[in-house]
Amino acid sequence: MPYLDHAATTPMLPEAVQAMTAQLGRTGNASSLHAAGRRARRVVEESRETLAAALGARPSEVVFTGGGTESDNLAVKGLFWSRRAADARRTRVLVSPVEHHAVLDAVLWLEEHEGARLEWLPVDAVGRVHPEALRQAVGDTPQDIALATVMWANNEVGTVQPVRELVEAAHEFGIPLHADAVQAFGQVPVDFAESGLDAMTVTGHKIGGPFGVGALVLGRDHKPVPQLHGGGQERDVRSGTLDAPAIAAFAVAGELAAERREEFAHEIGALRDDLVQRVVKAVPDAVLNGDPVPEGRLPANAHFSFPGCEGDSLLLLLDAQGIECSTGSACSAGVAQPSHVLLAMGADAERARGSLRFSLGHTSTQDDVEALAAAIGPVVERARRAAQPKCHTG
Amino acid sequence: MTDFPGAPTDPTAPREGRPLRVLAAMSGGVDSAVAAARAAEAGHEVTGVHLALSANPQSFRTGARGCCTIEDSRDARRAADVIGVPFYVWDLAERFRQDVIDDFVAEYAAGRTPNPCLRCNEKIKFAALLDKAVGLGFDAVCTGHYAKIVETADGGRELHRAADWAKDQSYVLGVLDARQLAHAMFPLGDTETTKDEIRAEAERRGLAVARKPDSHDICFIADGDTQGFLAKHLGTAEGDIVDTEGTKVGTHSGAYGFTVGQRKGLRIGHPAADGKPRYVLDISPVDNTVTVGPAEALDVVALTAVKPRWCGQVPEGPAEYTAQLRAHGGEVPVTAELADGELRVRLARPARGIAPGQAVVLYDGTRVVGSATIATTERAAVSAV
Repeated sequence: MPYLDHAATTPMLPEAVQAMTAQLGRTGNASSLHAAGRRARRVVEESRETLAAALGARPSEVVFTGGGTESDNLAVKGLFWSRRAADARRTRVLVSPVEHHAVLDAVLWLEEHEGARLEWLPVDAVGRVHPEALRQAVGDTPQDIALATVMWANNEVGTVQPVRELVEAAHEFGIPLHADAVQAFGQVPVDFAESGLDAMTVTGHKIGGPFGVGALVLGRDHKPVPQLHGGGQERDVRSGTLDAPAIAAFAVAGELAAERREEFAHEIGALRDDLVQRVVKAVPDAVLNGDPVPEGRLPANAHFSFPGCEGDSLLLLLDAQGIECSTGSACSAGVAQPSHVLLAMGADAERARGSLRFSLGHTSTQDDVEALAAAIGPVVERARRAAQPKCHTG
Repeated sequence: MTDFPGAPTDPTAPREGRPLRVLAAMSGGVDSAVAAARAAEAGHEVTGVHLALSANPQSFRTGARGCCTIEDSRDARRAADVIGVPFYVWDLAERFRQDVIDDFVAEYAAGRTPNPCLRCNEKIKFAALLDKAVGLGFDAVCTGHYAKIVETADGGRELHRAADWAKDQSYVLGVLDARQLAHAMFPLGDTETTKDEIRAEAERRGLAVARKPDSHDICFIADGDTQGFLAKHLGTAEGDIVDTEGTKVGTHSGAYGFTVGQRKGLRIGHPAADGKPRYVLDISPVDNTVTVGPAEALDVVALTAVKPRWCGQVPEGPAEYTAQLRAHGGEVPVTAELADGELRVRLARPARGIAPGQAVVLYDGTRVVGSATIATTERAAVSAV
C-alpha cells in the first residue's frame, strides 16, 4: 500500500515504540518526590537532554508540550502577550502568509481579539520570504513589533526558508523570531543555537515519534505568557503532568532523526527526484510547486498542480488504487479549501484547487514510486473528464 | 425526441448480477445510511460521499431542522465506517447556492412557490454529483429516496412510487430524465419497507443514526423561518391585499411572503361579507398585490406547465394519467397533452392549493411519466396567472 503522506504523519520508528511501551507500564508522576516520581523525572530529563542535543539546544531550552499546534500557540500568543506587557507599543506581528494554520489562526485570533496588527511578509513564487522583505516590513517603527514568525520549511510545498538570514534581519531591530520547524526537523539541518532563533516548534509524530507530544525550544531570555495554567511543570510557561512515555519515545525518535538525517535526505531526495521525473513524464503539463532547486526544498516533498483537475477527485481515484496522498491544504469539515500557500505564491484558484502533495518518509520504497508513476497518468485523465461541465443542467 | 444520451441501454446502467461502482450520497440521516448499507451488501463497490452544501455549516443540528451541519457530516462518516466503505466530503456549496438557494429566492420574488428539494435532485444530486461520479468512473449514484426503479423487459428503466406510499418520494424525483434515471439507485424503494422497518434495520446494522430524527423543512433555512429568510433576501415592501372585486381589504409587507392557498397570516382586519375565511388566490409581484377570496375560488380545473422532463418515452397526443400537484398531495385524474413544448393539463375534478412554481408530476398507475413546472392555472370561478 503506497503511503505517500508522511508529511501528515509518518509511522513510528520501532525504537520509539519500544521506548514508549517500556515506560507505559511503569508508575510515577515526574513531579512526585518519591522514588517512583524520581524515576519518571529521570526519564523526562534524560529525554530532554537527548532531544536538546539532537536540536542543537540546551536542555533548559526544551519545553515539552502536547504537540506542534500547542507549541506554535504558546510561542505566538505567549510572546505577543509577554512582549506587549513589557512595552504596550508592541502590537505588530510580522508573519508569512504561508504559515501552518497553527500559526496562521493564532495570529488572526490575536488580530481579532487582542488588537494585534498583522504585517504579512511577501513571499516569492516558490513561497520564500526574503530577509530584505522582513527589513522593509519593520520600517521605521521597530519598537512597535511584538514578534516575527516564519516557518522553517513549508508543510505543503516544502520550501525551506533562509532562517539564519531572517534571524539576522529580525535581530538588527531586536525583534524575536519564532519558526515552526515541524516539517524541517529530520530533513534539513536544524540547529537551534546556530540559527539564532528565539523560539522553535517541533513535534513527535512527524519524525517517527508518537502523537500528542511536541516541544517549544525556547531561548532562556523568553518567558511567554502561558496558555495552560496549572502546576507550572515546564519552566512555568507550560502546565500539565509530563507524559513520560511519549516524551521518552519522542526523544528516541528525535535522536535518530538527527543521526540519520544526512543519509535519509540523500536517499529520500533521490527517490523524490525520481518521483518528480516520472510524474512529469506521465503528465507532461503537471506543474511542480515550490522550489525546483533541491537545496531549497524538503528532500521528501513533491507537490504538483494538475491543470484541469480537482484535487479531491485525484485523491479519491488514487485512494481507490491504494495510493495515499494529500491535497496538502487544510480541511474544514472534510472539505479541502483552496491552499492559502499556493494562493500566496501567486497561483490562481484553479491551480490551487487541483494540486496534490506526495511526501516520502522512512518506510518509502522504489515500489511506492513505481505504483504512483503507473497510476497517475490515467487518474489525471479521468479527473479531467470528471471536471468537464456537463450539458444536462439546463 | 427519442434520442436520450445515456438512455436505459447505456452499458454503465445498473444491471442485476454485475457489481457496480456505486457512489452513495450520505446526508448523515438514517435513510441514506441504510441505502448505502444495502448497496454494499448487494455486492456493489460502494463509496460514500457527504455533500457539503453550506459554505458556513452550523456545528450541530437543531432537532429535526436543517441538515449539512458538521454533525451530519460526522454521522455520515461514522455510518460509512460501520458499513466499511471509503468516505469523502464533496464541496458543492457554490453550485447549491446558485442552483437551489438563488433559484428559491428568485421564484418567490416572481410570485411562485418553488420546491427546493426537487431542484436539488434535478441540479445537484442527479446533475452536479452524478456528472462528477460518472466522470470519475462510477456507474450509479445511490440515495435514500423512497422510490422504485423497475427494469422493463426491453432493458428500459421506469421510476415508480415506493412500496410505502406514505413515504413515497417519487414526486421530488419526477424531474429526473432517462439518463439521470439510468444512473440512479434507490435501495429503499425496491422493497416493501416502512420507515419503522428502516430504523430497525439501521439498529440491526449497528448504525448510530437509527434513532436520529427525520429532517423536515428546508435544509438551508435552519430555523424553519421561511418568511424571515425571504425578508432577509428580498427586503420588505408594503402592498395591498385585495378581494376578487379589486377592493383593498388589507396590507402586507411583501407579496413574495405568500403562497396560493394560504389562509393563515393574512391579518385582514374585517371579515368577508359572507363571513367565510379567505385564502390567497393570486400573487402579483409586478404590482406587489395579493388577491384573496373564498375557498371555492381556489378550485383549479386546468393548468399549463413549462420545462417538461420525461422519465422515458415522450407521450404523444392527449393521454389520461393521474397527477400529483404538490409534495405530499393526493392524486387527481387528468388529461395531459404536450403542445408547443408546454404541458396542458385538464383535471377531471377541481383541485385546490395549486401554486405556480410547484411541479406537476404525471403518473401512469405507479409509474412516473414525467413532470413540469406549473406556470398558470385556470380556476373554475376566476382565471388566474
